[in-house]
Amino acid sequence: MLQDKDRVFTNLYGFEDWHLAGARARGDWDNTKALLDKGREWIIEEMKASGLRGRGGAGFSAGLKWSFMPKTVGERPHYLLINADEGEPGTCKDRDIMRFDPHKLIEGCLVAGYAINAHVAYIYIRGEFVQEAIHLQTAIDEAYEAGLLGDNACGTGWKMDVYVHRGAGAYVCGEETALIQSLEGKKGQPRLKPPFPAGAGLYGCPSTVNNVETIANAPTILRRGASWYTSLGRENNHGTKIFCISGHVNQPCNVEEEMGIPLRELIEKHAGGVRGGWDNLLAVIPGGASVPLLPAALCADARMDYDGLRELRSGLGSGAVIVMDRSTDLVAAIARLSRFFAHESCGQCTPCREGTPWISKMMARMVTGDAEPGEIDVLEDVTRRMEGRTICALADAAAWPVQGLIRHFRPELERRIAARKDAPSSSAAAQ
Amino acid sequence: MIETNTAAAGTAPFAFTPENQAEARSILARYPKGREHSAALPLLDLAQRQQGYVDRSAMEAVAGLTGLAPIRILEVATFYTMFRHAPVGEHHFEVCTNISCWLRGSDEVLRALRDELGLDPGGKSDDGKFSVQECECLGACVNAPAVRVGDHYFEDLTYDNTVALIRKLRAGEKVVLGSQTGRVGSANAAGATALAGRAS
Amino acid sequence: MPKLTIDGIPVEAPEGATVLQAAELAGIEIPRFCYHERLSIAGNCRMCLVEVKPGPPKPAASCALPVCEGMEVFTNSEMARAARKGTIEFMLVNHPLDCPICDQGGECDLQDETVLYGEAASRFREDKHAFADKDLGPLINTRFTRCIHCTRCVRFCDEIAGVPALGMIGRGSSCEIMPWEEGVLQTELAGNLVDVCPVGSLTNRPFAFRARSWELTKTDSIDIMDAMGSSVRIDSRSNEVLRILPRLNDAVNEEWIGDRSRHFIDGLLERRLDTPWARVTRGAALRSVSWEKALEILRERVEALGDAPKVGVIAGDQTDLETLTAAKDLCAALGSPNMDCRQDGARLDASVRAGYLFNATIEGLDQADAILLIGSDPRKEAPVLNARIFRRVRNGQAAVARIGVPTDLTYPVTELGNTPGEALAALRAGTHPFAEVLRSAKHPVIIVGQGALRREDGAAVLNAARDLADALGVVREGWNGFSVLHTAAGRVGGLDLGFVPGKDGLDAGAMVQALGSGSLDVLILLGADEFDTSALANRSTRDALVVYIGSHGDAGAAVADIVLPGSAWTEKTATWVSMEGRVQRTLRAVSAPGAAVEDWVAVARVARALGHALPFSSVEDVRARMAAINPLLGTLWTLTPAPWGAPFGTEGAVSAEPFTPAVPNYYMTCPISRASRTMAACVEALSGTEDERTGTDG
Repeated sequence: MLQDKDRVFTNLYGFEDWHLAGARARGDWDNTKALLDKGREWIIEEMKASGLRGRGGAGFSAGLKWSFMPKTVGERPHYLLINADEGEPGTCKDRDIMRFDPHKLIEGCLVAGYAINAHVAYIYIRGEFVQEAIHLQTAIDEAYEAGLLGDNACGTGWKMDVYVHRGAGAYVCGEETALIQSLEGKKGQPRLKPPFPAGAGLYGCPSTVNNVETIANAPTILRRGASWYTSLGRENNHGTKIFCISGHVNQPCNVEEEMGIPLRELIEKHAGGVRGGWDNLLAVIPGGASVPLLPAALCADARMDYDGLRELRSGLGSGAVIVMDRSTDLVAAIARLSRFFAHESCGQCTPCREGTPWISKMMARMVTGDAEPGEIDVLEDVTRRMEGRTICALADAAAWPVQGLIRHFRPELERRIAARKDAPSSSAAAQ
Repeated sequence: MIETNTAAAGTAPFAFTPENQAEARSILARYPKGREHSAALPLLDLAQRQQGYVDRSAMEAVAGLTGLAPIRILEVATFYTMFRHAPVGEHHFEVCTNISCWLRGSDEVLRALRDELGLDPGGKSDDGKFSVQECECLGACVNAPAVRVGDHYFEDLTYDNTVALIRKLRAGEKVVLGSQTGRVGSANAAGATALAGRAS
Repeated sequence: MPKLTIDGIPVEAPEGATVLQAAELAGIEIPRFCYHERLSIAGNCRMCLVEVKPGPPKPAASCALPVCEGMEVFTNSEMARAARKGTIEFMLVNHPLDCPICDQGGECDLQDETVLYGEAASRFREDKHAFADKDLGPLINTRFTRCIHCTRCVRFCDEIAGVPALGMIGRGSSCEIMPWEEGVLQTELAGNLVDVCPVGSLTNRPFAFRARSWELTKTDSIDIMDAMGSSVRIDSRSNEVLRILPRLNDAVNEEWIGDRSRHFIDGLLERRLDTPWARVTRGAALRSVSWEKALEILRERVEALGDAPKVGVIAGDQTDLETLTAAKDLCAALGSPNMDCRQDGARLDASVRAGYLFNATIEGLDQADAILLIGSDPRKEAPVLNARIFRRVRNGQAAVARIGVPTDLTYPVTELGNTPGEALAALRAGTHPFAEVLRSAKHPVIIVGQGALRREDGAAVLNAARDLADALGVVREGWNGFSVLHTAAGRVGGLDLGFVPGKDGLDAGAMVQALGSGSLDVLILLGADEFDTSALANRSTRDALVVYIGSHGDAGAAVADIVLPGSAWTEKTATWVSMEGRVQRTLRAVSAPGAAVEDWVAVARVARALGHALPFSSVEDVRARMAAINPLLGTLWTLTPAPWGAPFGTEGAVSAEPFTPAVPNYYMTCPISRASRTMAACVEALSGTEDERTGTDG
């Protein structure tokens, strides 16, 4: 189990003061100038060496992403954009960073902004997080007041401004180019790539978009060194991760753990175990609504990191562990997710706009078994026709939970269809 | 649904109050010169805070400040779910029914609202005090089920504490924000399994 | 130039080209809905998915994918075909499949692609959703349930028409196209929306349920409803023009036409002159008569005027060159110098071709970086041309300033005021900063509108504009930015032919006066209706004659003594010169009604009646004569730059009198458009929005 000394997010639960004084007491803003003085190259190389991968869900190397930014600033300024549009069902980690440890994020903005030559950072926070936005803004004000941000941030001579920009209710804005569109005052419809944000992002300027957790990790990694970070977790899956354990556990909670922790250990050590005991487990969605579920049989040996879950044809996603015990109507649970994706489709690409409501409607019928046996294959095929054919990954995210359900629980779907056909009332209704 | 033509004759056009005009200026100042369109969302939010919802008149006001065509504002105002096009109750319950909340009893929260207020999602009480709406994941999943009322979350809800919350709101009493079971943040309620030494 | 292969065919495509464009170079058409070559790339329909190597194991949208060296593209592989089949299925699940009652049927992209990639039966068992239709004005029907959300219409409004009128509101499956304002689209280019819509969501309202595309006879022709000379196709059936569509012509109209050019057509059936009319004596009522009788009455009444009656001819705005040639020869035969093709009194100088052409050329505007408008409102006078200017301004490539009425041109304009003398002087003296903008531009343009020329000091304005052009380097090696924007399709042809007063001849205004005062005996109006005809109605007691030759019973015919039925331009194969000097020919799509003849034939009959038979036995003879008068008129379609150098205009003071709009009402500029109910509906729809109605307007 991860030791407290190796935790990055030392005020994850808000046990302590979240203001500047409390943050400083925990080591934030401790001679940040020294980090910047080591130079951009060093920062980026150290971040690459740490193996920190994007904590928002995609898992792309943060250091590498920073290195894609133009090395020199041309006519167009660079921007750092923080993705705080936390909305992946099951995920509530960035919220806790922002309300209880906002200075970690803000210090991360300075470090990352400096590394990518950006003088301005916008934190795009989902609109519902009003209190979190207030905490963030308060912390930012404190940082300006203390000279940590502003024209001469931390005495480095680097000008750094950080602004909070509130969203207004759209899951898809968590996609980085949709976030940029939204930040430009438009509908949050993902952009065609190329160009990628590092080439043409906000206002057509080079931009880097990083998740809150990713950026908030940066100062600690730089202070303690990449080697410390790589001492945690295994190759290609280093460091710590905040897991959000929700659903049918005895004590739902957020916890920062070492990457690669076994799923069972995570649930039992931190969340009080599965309700009714491990044997009462039906399935776990290990990485937020977008990833396929794992049936109980696969959960026992699941390792909670990128590669471990990919081997099980699922994913780490945002680290949201949604636990479902045997009382769960699993078909209804996945149907709810299908409804969510239909609600959140931006409407741009045909397969997603038309496909997400279609599978949602089919899933709704699957819940009651109001379908023909052959429609399970239709459902599967429709998800295949959505997958990989759209501008962003929302259609994939909508497809995968359904595919996971069919892969692991097809007999349950068939049982419901057959049961409904057998039931006298339904055959009467059908006539 | 939003009407396609400007508000009926006779209703006064929307205008930001003097305080909100100042606020609008400070919002616009967050974005580079020439990029005022970035302020569309915050300004619509400001208009909604002033008026309770955004209608075409408010959209025109935002269009004027951002330099965007009104149709662009209409697109934005109908894309994001937080913008409302008609007044809601004084206490507008947005009940998360997404997976984590559903697994932990969001149906019970809805039942409490139905029993106590007679309201189903989409409903509004006759006195205008309460309205209920279903919503997608609020991002408070380990404190599920959760609802959002105005700018605040209420978490770790049960049937009973939801009823208690509604009664207090109706009575105008002070309510506890956040967890309704006294949890601090998102730690294990039975005792933090991490950072325990820091718990006061 | 990256080299790649597409379906095994080696292709070399320009840097920055997309795979879809490269495929077109290789002759491979990739299906698409949202992609439109004149609009920004949306990439949303997902129809153009292709397989690309190297690349991820999923198909890529070829409309948005830049070509790379060594790329291998497969447009018809299993992956590509499967992706397309998927897209078509998704497009159809909520589509009403109401092709039998859809006007797009037969020319619908969705229908065509469904034939290729669709399934025989649908797997969609759910309820389909539907969307309410919206009122987009008199020209467009909406059936938004058919919409495939490609957003071409939204992009057209934003990027071509310059009027952000439409949006796609909502999100996900509730996305729908919505106007900010119902009832009207504030653009003169609205009809093009029907063409850009790939399905039957936006259809041609006046054409609704009139015909199927395959029943129509298609005649390639040239639009003469303004002076641009846009390429159009006339669709007709049973001798009725049912529809007009733009044809592709990058040099002129690209693929757009203005709403008047598309929707005047019902005016071809109204108020038509299908038989001669005549007043047997002065003051008698007009009576329908035969050609023989009409010409007999003409001869008798002219003979009654004496031995050598003085004759004048005023040509209207839509008079073709054949008619003008015949009329010019008639004047010559009668020894009359009284002819004019400038019924509006524009002080255009026919002696120097560069002085009346749009020398920059329409396509040349794509290079223009500074544009000065003098008494011109291009949006109303030539909306398709205005769209080109808009595009330059939108892309930040051109600055525009104007002397004239400050109207909304869809783009920002530096207003120099509407005090012409002062404003021109300020530019000439360099005291206004825009003078420097013009001087330092690579391709400066001065556009002189008819609003600047149809006034007392019009010739002085013309001269001042020319002087300014010289002073600011608007005409330079390889570039002539001095451009006259015409509104009359027949005007440049008339000037090219020299259809202006000869030595001591009377101009249009003088002829009208002279007829009243007695110094002119016979005035022949060739479709001339756009001037104050009341002077002719109230003419003196003298027995002077007005002869009207034209297609419509409009202002000119009402005051005439002899009315001879001519043909509308859709009914004749005739020659015109566009404002940039391009000699073009319309083709007859339908026959003229009743006893109407081609107008040059009517002129020839008048000539014979007056005892001066013209030596033309066929239209070819007329055209040979036309080319003899001006050899330029013998070569169709090409542009010949006009030499710059000779002076034109008249030196003199330009007054402070403000310029007035040349086209006060876009929808009604000629007898045909005035007869059109569709055009009237457009005027009505717009009047409601501009607070023009008063309590008594009903």
